Amino acid sequence: MKLELGYIFIKDIQFSDVSKVENGTLYVNKEEVKALILEDQNFKKADVELAKPGESVRIMPVKDVIEPRVKVEGPGGIFPGMINKVETVGSGKTNVLKGAAVLTTGKIVGFQEGIIDMTGPGADYTPFSKLNNLVLVCEPIDSLKQHEHEKALRFAGYKVALYLGALAKNLTPDEVEVFETPTLVEGLKMYPGLPRVAYVFMLQSQGLLHDTYVYGVDAKQSLTTMIYPTEVMDGAIVSGNCVSACDKNTTYHHLNNPIIHDLFAEHGKTLNFVGVIITNENVYLADKERSSYWSAKLVEFLGVDGVIVSEEGFGNPDTDLIMNCKKIEAKGIKTVLVTDEYAGRDGTSQSLADADASANAVVSAGNANEVIELPPMEKLIGHVKVADVIAGGFDGSLHKDGSITAELQVITGATNEMGFNKLSAR
Amino acid sequence: MMKIVHYINQFFANVGGEEMAHIPAEVREGIVGPGLAFQQAFKDEAEIVATIVCGDSYFNENMDEAKKTIIEMVKKYNPDLFIAGPAFNAGRYGVACGTIAKAVKDELNIPVLTGMYVENPGADMFKNNIYIVSTKNSAAGMRDAVKKMAPLALKLGKGEKIGASSEEGYIPNGVRVNFYEKERGSKRAVKMLLAKLSGKEFQTEFPMPDFDRVTANPAVKDITKAKIALVTSGGIVPKGNPDHIESSSASKYGKYDIDGVTDLTEETYETAHGGYDPVYANQDPDRVLPVDIMREFEKEGKIGSLHRYFYTTVGNGTAVKSAKAFAEKYAKELKADGVDAVILTST
Amino acid sequence: MVKEIERAGIPVVHMCTIVPISLTVGANRIVPTIAIPHPLGNPSLSLEEERDIRRKLLTRALKALETEVTEQTVFEK
Repeated sequence: MKLELGYIFIKDIQFSDVSKVENGTLYVNKEEVKALILEDQNFKKADVELAKPGESVRIMPVKDVIEPRVKVEGPGGIFPGMINKVETVGSGKTNVLKGAAVLTTGKIVGFQEGIIDMTGPGADYTPFSKLNNLVLVCEPIDSLKQHEHEKALRFAGYKVALYLGALAKNLTPDEVEVFETPTLVEGLKMYPGLPRVAYVFMLQSQGLLHDTYVYGVDAKQSLTTMIYPTEVMDGAIVSGNCVSACDKNTTYHHLNNPIIHDLFAEHGKTLNFVGVIITNENVYLADKERSSYWSAKLVEFLGVDGVIVSEEGFGNPDTDLIMNCKKIEAKGIKTVLVTDEYAGRDGTSQSLADADASANAVVSAGNANEVIELPPMEKLIGHVKVADVIAGGFDGSLHKDGSITAELQVITGATNEMGFNKLSAR
Repeated sequence: MMKIVHYINQFFANVGGEEMAHIPAEVREGIVGPGLAFQQAFKDEAEIVATIVCGDSYFNENMDEAKKTIIEMVKKYNPDLFIAGPAFNAGRYGVACGTIAKAVKDELNIPVLTGMYVENPGADMFKNNIYIVSTKNSAAGMRDAVKKMAPLALKLGKGEKIGASSEEGYIPNGVRVNFYEKERGSKRAVKMLLAKLSGKEFQTEFPMPDFDRVTANPAVKDITKAKIALVTSGGIVPKGNPDHIESSSASKYGKYDIDGVTDLTEETYETAHGGYDPVYANQDPDRVLPVDIMREFEKEGKIGSLHRYFYTTVGNGTAVKSAKAFAEKYAKELKADGVDAVILTST
Repeated sequence: MVKEIERAGIPVVHMCTIVPISLTVGANRIVPTIAIPHPLGNPSLSLEEERDIRRKLLTRALKALETEVTEQTVFEK
């Protein structure tokens, strides 16, 4: 399966009468976007704001971050099974507004959404401070239940992202990248001297709004399975996650999964990238056992020499991570794990909830408990009072001058376990 | 200017080697030995006002007294920082550096720094209490050690924030500290996997907690019937060291027949160990490998029998990995020979 | 080395002077000895007195081997 990603680089975002992309600027008609959101009767009010790199802006609580993309050629549409029909994506051509994003905000669970600062020390921790963001501020109707609110907001985000993506359909990309995965049989012949490598991609599926969807299916209801890496680039996997902001995979992360990209970068040079196995992180022990046995089985079936395993979230998913590792290593297949740490504010606690001697190659995305200071920002988009109750915040996190003292956890994407960032810990 | 007191052993003070390891602590004004390299690295930012010199054996055998005396010495200079070593892979020196640095930190409440090789027993004992810069395994690594220790010393002295172990060069101390790597995590994961697949060395960014504890075997039921073997890391070998076991950082172990031997004497055995004063062991090797008394026990029926062979190596500066490999090998032989229990002596 | 012997299934007693190292290294049965250069002797005593000390320490080592332990144990007496 072969996909061409065409990047149109976005260097600025502005409101305008007509939505369009011109000379690297994304122009957005605010009213059209608002109308799109308010199509859903679960919202009584909607507002749209801009947040650009370097501005003194704080956005909170952030639910999801979505990159605008559009299918130019090939079957299906972006976000299959969610917005577009269920048809296999991942081939043909897709255009991307690189440097732009849609941010959804809202008080859903209160303590499980994040903060994005566009400047200052907080901005260093999140990749989204470097993007030209269109921020959706949606007010739900009074009686709306949490899970309905989550779903409504999730869809509002996709719709606006697709609306923006459509602006790129007929544009000539500034840069094109090609990704191709051969069939198993062809792949076997192609690079006989290189180690065969797969990616075991763990998806948050603990329920209670800690969910991930694959072609519209809730991942907790699925057995471990396989997916072409380019399908992921076309939005086959999306986030429905209201969990600690630092290490949940937003939809933006899924679309730009760095492990997939970095494995492709070495494909045919130092390794043979065979494919992606997606597995879940359910709350029942039997589910954890079943899913991890299944990943080990698929890894074995693919005849690979090594795998990278990425976790999402922390706590009991650490057990899924270790189970995957143990069972795969037991088959003589080498593993590298990517996780983050919860070593306490002083950094001295046990970082993971589970451990095993076979997990001897671990990449750390940093200690999410480290306490950080976020200075006040001139402009605030969203609800600042959430700082005290957000995961990683604590009573007194929000100071009178608008500054915030909190754990790194509060920052969206700060310790992403796909290894999206350079942050680490020792 | 920042004031520093420096602690070194008899060897680095040029007082002498093992034969002088018994000297008690003494204080000298200004710089001695490796202090010179430190002073050059500090330029005008700090001054080594005094150097304390103490013999390694003296310190380790008179720990409480040595600690008390040295703390008094340090106190007099009211320094901003205390540096010990670096001790490289010298075991007793490392333990001394760690012990005294921790004591100074705890009792005088000033920042302290030492340096040693990661396999120095002192490193494991004190890495969670004090900053220990990771050095090479011999004094040939002095320049490298000073280069890493001097900037960290200044930071500690000034009370600045200390970065992650991999940035500052200290041995991981159980405190996880965030910092920015040069490459993103996914790239590092790919590189780590490629290294692991090709059998090359790689370093995990999060070592799993140490599980390497072995549960004790059941006790010997009847010691009067048991076959007991002697093993030592004190380097006792037949006179002349026929297998040329190295005096430090040994690459092999010896297995020697003691059938019919009832006493180890100056004429027949000696030590190959380079790390401690060999005089006493050479005079009477039974002081390290007690064949004489074991034979007595055998005769009196206190034990079943003494195993026909003893195993020996030199613990000094020997990499944990190789010591482990030796033991794996001879432990199998011991088992096969029907040995019921082992007495392992160390110096 | 102590651990590898233990791992091979043979009970082992570690006789050494610097007990904390032995604890760090992971020995289960430990008997503290006299001094680093002469763990099982003392040159300042007469030969017979020295042998007495050695006898005492080795008796303690045998006792350690006859004692069931569930955690790292230092046999001081």
